[in-house]
Amino acid sequence: MSKNVHLLELQTSPHLHKTSSVEHLMRQVIYALMPVCLFSVWQFGLSALALLLTCTIVCMATEHFFCYMAKKPSTLPDGSAIITGLLLALTLPPGFPLWIAALGAFIAIALGKALFGGIGFNVFNPALVGRAFLQASFTGSITTWTPAFSPNRFAEFVPSSLALPFCKPGAIDTWLASASVDGFSGATPLALQKFDHVSTSIGQLLLGTTAGSTGESCALILMAGGAYLIIRKIMDWRIPAAVLGSAFVVSGVFYLIDSSAYPSPFFILFPADSCSVPSSWPATWWVRP
Amino acid sequence: MSDDSLGFIFLNACIINNFVLSSFLGICPFLGVSGKYETASRMGFAVMFVMLVSSVCAYFINTLLVQLDMEYLRLICYIAVIASSVQLVEMVMKKYSPALFRSLGIFLPLITTNCAILGLALFQTAKGYNFLECVVYALGAGSGFTLALVIMSGLREQLSLHDVPSIAKGAGLTLMVAGILSLAFMGFAGLGS
Repeated sequence: MSKNVHLLELQTSPHLHKTSSVEHLMRQVIYALMPVCLFSVWQFGLSALALLLTCTIVCMATEHFFCYMAKKPSTLPDGSAIITGLLLALTLPPGFPLWIAALGAFIAIALGKALFGGIGFNVFNPALVGRAFLQASFTGSITTWTPAFSPNRFAEFVPSSLALPFCKPGAIDTWLASASVDGFSGATPLALQKFDHVSTSIGQLLLGTTAGSTGESCALILMAGGAYLIIRKIMDWRIPAAVLGSAFVVSGVFYLIDSSAYPSPFFILFPADSCSVPSSWPATWWVRP
Repeated sequence: MSDDSLGFIFLNACIINNFVLSSFLGICPFLGVSGKYETASRMGFAVMFVMLVSSVCAYFINTLLVQLDMEYLRLICYIAVIASSVQLVEMVMKKYSPALFRSLGIFLPLITTNCAILGLALFQTAKGYNFLECVVYALGAGSGFTLALVIMSGLREQLSLHDVPSIAKGAGLTLMVAGILSLAFMGFAGLGS
C-alpha cells in the first residue's frame, strides 16, 4: 500500500496560463521588423545588408560573451539580442562604417543591457544606448546620408562602409559623383525643413524615396509593422497613439500660430528623421511595465 | 520662438542646457540624494527655492556693484548671498518641517557649496538678463534640476530591485545611468539654434 498514486493534484492559483513567453514576444517583434529590413536592403543595397548583419552578429556575440562571463545560461535563444542588433542598424545611416557599427552594437549590449543584469533589467532600450553613444562619439559619420535607389547598389558598397578600423572614412563626394545620382542633396527631410524651409511631400515620406537612416524612410511599412504588433496584442495601441497624437497636437498648435515658421502637423506625423519611428515603434515594447 | 523670449529662457535652462545633465553642475546632490524618490523631489524643490532667492538677490547686488563700479567683488558677494539664503531655508525648514530637515541631512548645508547655484548667479550676470528674465531663468534651472533628480531617483529605485552584476553595483551603475541620461539630454542640443 506504499505506492504513491496522485488521485488529486493540488495547485495554487493562477490556473489559467497564457502561452506567451519571452521567445514568443521577441519572435513577433522580429516578424514585424522583417519588412522594414527587406525594404531597406532593396533601397540601399549591399551596404544596408552588411550593416544589418554586422550589428546583429556583434550583438549576439556580445550577449553570449557576457552570459558566459556571468556564468548564467546563455540568453541568446530568446532573440532579444537579434532585435537590439536590427533596431540599432535600422537607426544608422546606410553608408555607416561597419567597424563603428560593430563598436556601437557592443556598447548597446554591454553597457545598455549586460551591466544592468541582462534581459528584463535594462532600464534603457539597449539599441538606443548604442545609437546615443555613436551620436555623441562619431557625429560626422552618423550625419552622412547616402542616396536611396542608387543604380549600382547591389554591385558595390558605399565606400565609407568599408573604412578600416580606427581610420576616418573618406569623403563621400567623389563616390557620389561617380555613382551618377541626380539631384541628391544629402539632407534628410527634417534637415531640409529646418535649415532650408523646404517641406517634403507626404507621398514621398509615406513611400520612403527620401534620404535618411537605413530603416526610417518608408512610413507605410513601419506603420504596417506597428499594426501587426498591435493586432497580435504584443504592443498596446495606446503607446504609439499617445506619442504620435501629442506630436500632432503640439505641432498643430504651433502651425496655427505661425504657419510660415513651423511645418504642417501632417509632416510631423510621418516622422522623417532617425529620432522617431524606427526605434519608437518596436521599442515601445520595452517601456511596458 | 525667438532666442530671448521668456519661454525660450525657461526651456533653455530646464531642458536644453540642463544644469545637471548638460552643464554638469550640482553633481554632488544629484548622486547623493537621488536614492529615494521622496527625498529627491524634496531636495529638488529646496534647490529650486534657493535658486529663486539667490537669483533675485544676485540681480540686485549686481546692479548695486555696477553702480558703485566694484564688479570685482561680484564672486565673493554671490557666495555670501547664497550661503545666507541657504541658512534661511534651513531655519525655516527646521521649524516647519523637521522630518524633511532630517531626511535631507547634510545635503541641505551642502547647497551652500552647490556649484549649480553659484553657476546660476554667474550665468545670469554673464547673459545680462533683466529682473523678469532672471526669475524665469532661476525657475527653469530649478525645475531642470528637480527633473534630473526625479528621473534619476526613479531609475535608481527600480535598479535597486534588479540582479545587477557585482562589478557594477553601487556607484558604478549610478554613474553609468547618469552618463546615459546625459547622452539622452544631448539630443535636445539642436533645439536652440
